[in-house]
Parts: sequence; structure tokens; C-alpha cells
Amino acid sequence: MNWLGLLGRNTLGLLALIGRIAMFAAQTMSHLVRPPFYTREFLNALVTIGWLSLPVVGLTALFTGGALALQIYAGGARFNAEAVVPSIVAIGMVRELGPVLGGLMVAGRVAAAIAAELGTMKVTEQIDALTTLSTHPMKYLTVPRVLAATLTVPVLVAVGDAIGIFGGYLVGTTRLGFNPAVYLTNTVDFLEAWDVGSGLVKGAVFGFIVATMGCYHGMNSGRGAQGVGKATTNAVVSASVLILASNYVLTEVFFSA
Amino acid sequence: MIELIALEKAFGSKEVLRGVDLSVPEGSSTVIIGGSGTGKSVLLKSILGLVTPDKGIITVAGKDATAGDRDAFLAQFGMLFQGAALFDSLSVWQNVAFRLLRGSLKRPKEEARAIAIEKLQRVGMGPDVADLFPAELSGGMQKRVGLARAIAADPKIIFFDEPTTGLDPIMAGVINDLIREIVTEMGATAMTITHDMSSVRAIADRVAMLHAGKIRWEGPVGEIDTADDPYLCQFITGSAEGPIETLR
Repeated sequence: MNWLGLLGRNTLGLLALIGRIAMFAAQTMSHLVRPPFYTREFLNALVTIGWLSLPVVGLTALFTGGALALQIYAGGARFNAEAVVPSIVAIGMVRELGPVLGGLMVAGRVAAAIAAELGTMKVTEQIDALTTLSTHPMKYLTVPRVLAATLTVPVLVAVGDAIGIFGGYLVGTTRLGFNPAVYLTNTVDFLEAWDVGSGLVKGAVFGFIVATMGCYHGMNSGRGAQGVGKATTNAVVSASVLILASNYVLTEVFFSA
Repeated sequence: MIELIALEKAFGSKEVLRGVDLSVPEGSSTVIIGGSGTGKSVLLKSILGLVTPDKGIITVAGKDATAGDRDAFLAQFGMLFQGAALFDSLSVWQNVAFRLLRGSLKRPKEEARAIAIEKLQRVGMGPDVADLFPAELSGGMQKRVGLARAIAADPKIIFFDEPTTGLDPIMAGVINDLIREIVTEMGATAMTITHDMSSVRAIADRVAMLHAGKIRWEGPVGEIDTADDPYLCQFITGSAEGPIETLR
């Protein structure tokens, strides 16, 4: 087997894929600012992407906040720093765990759903039908979903942050012996506005990634059930990887010394 | 009139259309026949811009189909897809009135609903189905709804992609009769692709046979049984013996 040739083909294929996704994202953004706008589709997407993701994001944040409090307490106890639990839980949740875990949970739920829905529409010719009915598929299908995800994921992250901190508070006050008032005071005192703001910006970026990946893979789905299944898997995997990679880049930009 | 000149389209190394020349007269019903995978659907989709041809010219009413206002161009067309292609998330009447609820042909919601119900009645469906969803309908009913959607905005040109595929013979006959009646009363130009010979005889004024990426035979429907083209003869008789290669 020609390994060099295989490596070259795969590299070119990857670069071509990145190029296609970048073009797709750029086209989506260009359609965001050009009419017509489909308000009903946007409102539907707000509900399905935002509201219906709230339980999974909330539960994830609640358990993560609780586990974080236990871990920081156990680690801090090694050098008599148990008192940092409230502040580290708060900072950890709003800067990293809230946006990243929220983004990943939304990726699992929303990117898969979008890819499956649009993939099925593609293989049943519904997307071709949209075009023949003088409706641009990108405007009707992609733009409302991407806009809704970009706006709602930061809100989900904010709610997740609050629930995660509450999870830490519950464990801290019931299991670790913290005074409730002191716990809350330490949480508020050590938290800065930019800690929260940076997490919300990450949430918006992750929302954009999730919906764009779901739409791209759905609209480029292969034929048949296998094609739609593959599109769904690719949407979730690529959204998750891009969330983790962009999280590192954003953290470098926001917090590097 | 729709005119195709030297139309070519390949997918990778597979050449599907290899120089198709075809004229579809205004107000006529032309049926394109041919075996599976001969490029009939690609031909229709090329005219609509859903597939971009590699070479060739497509004109509709003398105007280049690839130039000019896309919305105005598409507003001339209605299309019935093979699987009806109804939007799952919309009710039947919203599917039929899709074009009337948005874009340049937008009407008030009540007016659009009334037109949708009128078109549903034209294809033999009562107002009781208007609020159902496509998943609640049988295959034949979905085709009828697809037909109602295709004619909802009174298009000048209607395309039918395998209109009877998957239907029982009686329902196929009903759909064929509906297509013939509607095309005649609307005075529309119709292009149908099918390999169902009963559809050909019911719908067509003219027939064109696509084979090996080119129009193999073209003529009035009344001449298909007397034509001496061996490819056409084999196709209409459904014989395994003849110049068209078959896998056994």
C-alpha cells in the first residue's frame, strides 16, 4: 500500500471538507442579514433548540457542580485549602464546565436532531421541493436554526451556570459542612463579571457550531437510512470536536497571561 | 416552449446526459420514457436548476434558464415529486398553500387556505384532510396532495416525476386521469418522466425516449406502437430480448 499517497489523499480530503464547511458557514452568515426572514421557523427553532434542551443541560450542570465541590474539597484538604470550594466551583462552572458541558449536551441532542431531520428531508426530495417552491433551503432551514442556537445556547449556559453553582452549594452545605451564608458570600465575592461573560461568549460560539454542523451534515447527507445515520454521527462528532478545540482557542484568547 | 440543446451532465466518470436535444411545445404534454438510471430525473432537475449541467443550453419561453431572476423563473413551475416530497412538519393545507404563504405570491392566510382547499377538492380530496399531516395519509393521498401543491399557484409549466410509482393500478389510473384533466383545463405545458406505459398512453401528447444519455426517439404518442426503432419497441413491449442490455 502506498502510505504516502494515502496520507496525501486524506490530508487533501480533510482540507477540502474544512473548506466546504467554512463556505457553508460563510453563506449562512451572509443569509442572516438578507431578507426574507422566516420568523415562524425561527420561533420553532428557539423552542426545540433552547427550551427543550433545558432539562438535559440543567441536570448535567447540577450533578457536575456537586461533583466539582466534592473533588475540590478533597483536593484542597491536602493543603488546608478547603475554603476555596465555593469560589473554585463558581469559577470552574462559569468559565469552563458550564459552557463546555452545556455545549456538548446540546451537540448530542440538537446537532443529531437537525442532521437527522434535514438528512431525511434531503433523501425524500423535500429540500428539492423547497427550491421548486421558490424558497431558498438555506434561508428556510439553516438560518433559523443557526440563529436560534447562537442566541439560546448562551442562555442555556447561564441557566446551567446557576444550577451548577447551586449543585455545589447543596453538596457544600449538606455534605461538607459549609455555612450557607459564607458559601454564597464567597461565591459572589470571588466571581468577576468577565468570568460569566466569557462563558456566555463561548456559549454563543458553541451554539453556532452545533447548528452549523447539524445543518451542514444534514443537507449533505448521503442516500438512504445509512446516509442519514452517517450524517447524524458526523454532525455530533464534528460539533463536539470543534466545541473542544474552539474552547481551547477562546480560553487562550480570553485568559492567557 | 422548453428547449434543450446539447445538454450534458456527468457525475464523476459516469456520463448521464451526453448531448440531449429536446423541444417541448407550449401547452403540450410530453412524456419522457427510458429505463432506470438513464437520466430522466437529472434532465428535469437540470431544467429547474436543481442540478447544474456541465454543457448545453436550456431555454424556457426563449429565455436562458440559468440567467435572470430565479424566483420569477421558478414561479412558472409546479412539480410533483416521485415520493410527493410533502413537508412532514406542515399540515396538508399548509403544504398545498406553501407558495401562497410566503415569497412573491404571498396571500392572506385565510385566502391561501381557501385556495388550498379548492385545489384539494380538484384532486378529489375533501376539506376534512386539510388539517391532517402527511404522515397520516396513504401513498395515493400523498400523491394527490403533491399534485394539489404543484397546481396551487396556477403554474404555466408542470413537471411530474414518476407520478404513479408505488401506487396500485387503480390509484395509478386515477392519478393519470387527474394529470391529464388538469393539464388540459389549465392549458399548461407538462413534462412527465415515467417508465409506466399506461401513464404514457393516458398523459402524453408527445413521447421522447431517453437512452444512453441521448433522445433515442421522439414523436406523437399515437406513433409509438408503429415506430420501427428497436429500442423503443423493446421498451414498450417490456421484452427482455432486444438491443437494450438487461441483467438476468
